[in-house]
Amino acid sequence: MAIDKATVLHIAKLARIEVADEATDGLAKELNVIMDWVEQLSEVDTDGVEPMTSVVDITLPLRTDEVHAAVQRDELLSNAPNTDNGFFVVPKVVE
Amino acid sequence: MSALTALTLTSARAALDKREFSARELTDAHIEAAEAARPLNALVAETFDLARERADAADKRLTAGEGGLLEGMPLAIKDLYCTKGVHSAACSHILDGFKPTYESTVTANLWREGAVMMGKANMDEFAMGSANVTSYYGNVINPWQRQGDNKPLVPGGSSGGSAAAVAARIALAATGTDTGGSIRQPAAFCGLVGLKPTYGRCSRWGIIAFASSLDQAGPLTRSVEDAALMLQVMAGHDAKDSTSVNTPVPDYRAELNGDVQGLRVGVPAEYRLDDMPEEIEALWRRGIDWYKDAGAEIIDISLPHTKYSLPTYYIVAPAECSSNLARYDGVRYGLREADDDLTHMYERSRAKGFGPEVQRRIMIGTYVLSAGYYDAYYLKAQKLRTLIARDFSQAFEKVDVVLTPTAPSAAFAIGEKMDDPIAMYLNDVFTVPASMAGLPGISVPAGLSSEGLPLGLQLLGQPFDEARLLNAARFMEIAAEFTATPSGLGGGTS
Repeated sequence: MAIDKATVLHIAKLARIEVADEATDGLAKELNVIMDWVEQLSEVDTDGVEPMTSVVDITLPLRTDEVHAAVQRDELLSNAPNTDNGFFVVPKVVE
Repeated sequence: MSALTALTLTSARAALDKREFSARELTDAHIEAAEAARPLNALVAETFDLARERADAADKRLTAGEGGLLEGMPLAIKDLYCTKGVHSAACSHILDGFKPTYESTVTANLWREGAVMMGKANMDEFAMGSANVTSYYGNVINPWQRQGDNKPLVPGGSSGGSAAAVAARIALAATGTDTGGSIRQPAAFCGLVGLKPTYGRCSRWGIIAFASSLDQAGPLTRSVEDAALMLQVMAGHDAKDSTSVNTPVPDYRAELNGDVQGLRVGVPAEYRLDDMPEEIEALWRRGIDWYKDAGAEIIDISLPHTKYSLPTYYIVAPAECSSNLARYDGVRYGLREADDDLTHMYERSRAKGFGPEVQRRIMIGTYVLSAGYYDAYYLKAQKLRTLIARDFSQAFEKVDVVLTPTAPSAAFAIGEKMDDPIAMYLNDVFTVPASMAGLPGISVPAGLSSEGLPLGLQLLGQPFDEARLLNAARFMEIAAEFTATPSGLGGGTS
């Protein structure tokens, strides 16, 4: 199925990537080339095949419930583009 | 090329024990080589001061008789590995200025054994690429050139800077990561040994994530023995990575005798592509003959779902990348484009911070995971993955290793295959299937193309059977007698 301009804008919105209006046609074309190519998978009968969720045959281990040293706040904040008084700063989200 | 940079990792380490030269002399020789090879753009961050410090510390430990397995060994580290306080940006604009406050488990293992970091190696942005042309820090140039032609060639990717660094004698070995061929293909393009271990063999903790069910750390080296030594140190269980497998790490160097008598070598019919260049086909036949002549048993096998591996990969990997890269939001680290609106701030930061190939894969991944398409694409791909893995497990009932070409061509020029994403994706046609099945694979330089460029053959093994895989690779190394060295730019590598 073809990815149209509206679909590109929808995906971009979901992916939180700004796409300029004039770029949508080119992007739609590129994405369609890739999706048309992967379409060949539909020729394989996969009825009754278990989907692979892990390539190694292990059960997810549980860790013991112990207290560990927490990461320090100043370490966590040290790479942030904008901080204030020990907090990350974001644009205002509540009125 | 200085005598010190021409050594293998193993021989340099042995020479340090005999005090034939100091760790500092070894590191200084590599710094000099790295400075001369700057036009290759293999390193995006040089850590020469740190390297000298660590080399001096190594000399002290060696004098005290305390040297580790990699004591004083100059290494290049792919920019995907988080190294404490040092540039770690996955070669993406979005991680501008990021300096981790922690060390990845694999690099910590290397430093624990005394290794010396030369710098962070260039790579395709977030490891998405097969030619190292998507890095925010610019292309890497392969130290190899075609005979009589100085057109710059790609080193392969995504671990292109790692491969170029080792080929240009900037480092004795390098770390890479392999999601669909990102160690094995650049190793083939640069005349190196490249090992992708079994998924779960090395910890992924502290390695910037691309596709978590596929990513695996591994070494690029100039010999099979060097690959075994690097894996020895890199491998091991890590409680911080829940997919790291708690199985003992054998001594990978103990049985590297190259004896392949009775080894069952599988040759898969489906890897014979219609449009494969004759010289790749011929190299593969030669490889088969080497094993046959040494007493191995050659067995024709079938891996019927091979042709679906690449399209399956291009659903699974983008899906996982779209999830993993959701964390780059301009709030906690990296690039931020200011805006009064939170959502617009995210959208503008991500549009500016991610390059075109990364954006394309995030969009594909978002699409195949979105409502209404999940079953048709993502679930379908997961089922295909089961079938691809089953092909291999059935083949491994009859064979010990599988022998294939590593890549469908030698290194190509920068600018070629750049207009069509799928043409670029096809570079990984021989490496992706084993990634989908989580199997270990190794590329060994096996010959030269008609243009004088290195070509690799790939061996695939059973899960956690790296010891046998390495020994089969050691045999190929002996049989191939590959001694050519790159002639190209900058590195003083005549």
